Amino acid sequence: MINLVWLFFIVIGMSVAGATGKISTVTSAIFDGAHQAVTLTIGLVGILAFWMGILRIAQEAGLITIFSRFLRPLIRFLFPSVPPDHPAAGAIVMNLSANFLGMGNAATPIGLEAMRQLQKLNPDPTTASPAMCTLLALNTSGLMLLPTTAIGLRAQMGSLHPSAIVLPTLVATAIGTGVAILADRIFRHRSSSKP
Amino acid sequence: MSIGIADFVVPLFVVFVILFGYLRRVSIFEVFVEGAKEGLHVAIDIFPYLAGMMVAIAIFRQSGAFDLLASVLAPITQWAKIPSDFVPIALMRSISGNATMAMVMDVMRQEGPDSFSGTLAAVMMGASETTLYVLTVYFGSVGIRKWRYALPVGLIADAAAALGALYATTLFFGK
Repeated sequence: MINLVWLFFIVIGMSVAGATGKISTVTSAIFDGAHQAVTLTIGLVGILAFWMGILRIAQEAGLITIFSRFLRPLIRFLFPSVPPDHPAAGAIVMNLSANFLGMGNAATPIGLEAMRQLQKLNPDPTTASPAMCTLLALNTSGLMLLPTTAIGLRAQMGSLHPSAIVLPTLVATAIGTGVAILADRIFRHRSSSKP
Repeated sequence: MSIGIADFVVPLFVVFVILFGYLRRVSIFEVFVEGAKEGLHVAIDIFPYLAGMMVAIAIFRQSGAFDLLASVLAPITQWAKIPSDFVPIALMRSISGNATMAMVMDVMRQEGPDSFSGTLAAVMMGASETTLYVLTVYFGSVGIRKWRYALPVGLIADAAAALGALYATTLFFGK
């Protein structure tokens, strides 16, 4: 899948550039893209180090296990393959909570910690497990209480009521998340019924 | 304005964890440093995946291939009588967060932030995450190469969120 996506972007991009006589943009795009990867990673390094440090304290102190108890029925429903007392369950609960509360830059490190824990339960370390796919379905659909970035952007652009989008955004993201959970279920069933 | 929640929750959470750890006799600073070191390794693990994906996305966008794709799909918006920015923003939302933000700002600049198109663009931006980025970073961090069905699920959810944004914006702001 990923191979096809990658091939599609690059081959179609280069073909269009070639056909429209803009092949030189490809060279600058390669530079821009590589540069952007550096900027994104550098931006992540500090925040990843900090939050993974804090999370390790939470884990050593037994806090993550306590957290996982809060939403145990939800975890059991969404992640039937994860043992409820496994550290992965706690990390998943914290990741979903951080996303929902709009703690954007904490949610990613916590989510990556959840992935590390799920990887320990994964029989094939190069292939995504069903639990990982569910976690990512929830993370890509981005259920959150307040769309802070979009509100901030509206304020910056001179909107009279920047936060007027809160309710419609919640409706839209709830629809997206509902469909994500449903689609994940359907795909999971289809793939598990295949030999 | 109601942006305050995260500003409030994050410091409280950090203080709570550190204090709780200290009271549970965890050697907090030492354990923090251990975890932080792993955070650094995770960032290094992610980088090659991100480099590959970002270059491919940049080529696709800057070559004009993205605009071509959007213009092929443009008749849909005319036929359904919805703002012409709907399809390009909906497509870009799955691919690149930064580019989506630039497009949303552009709509707000041209139509006004409180116009129907401007509001719809902001709702679309807030209603979903950048699927391709999330998958690249999350799977990259643990070295997963076979994504299985995660991408189709993410894209289906993105489409649902975009249509949900159109529905909710129409519902709340009419036209």
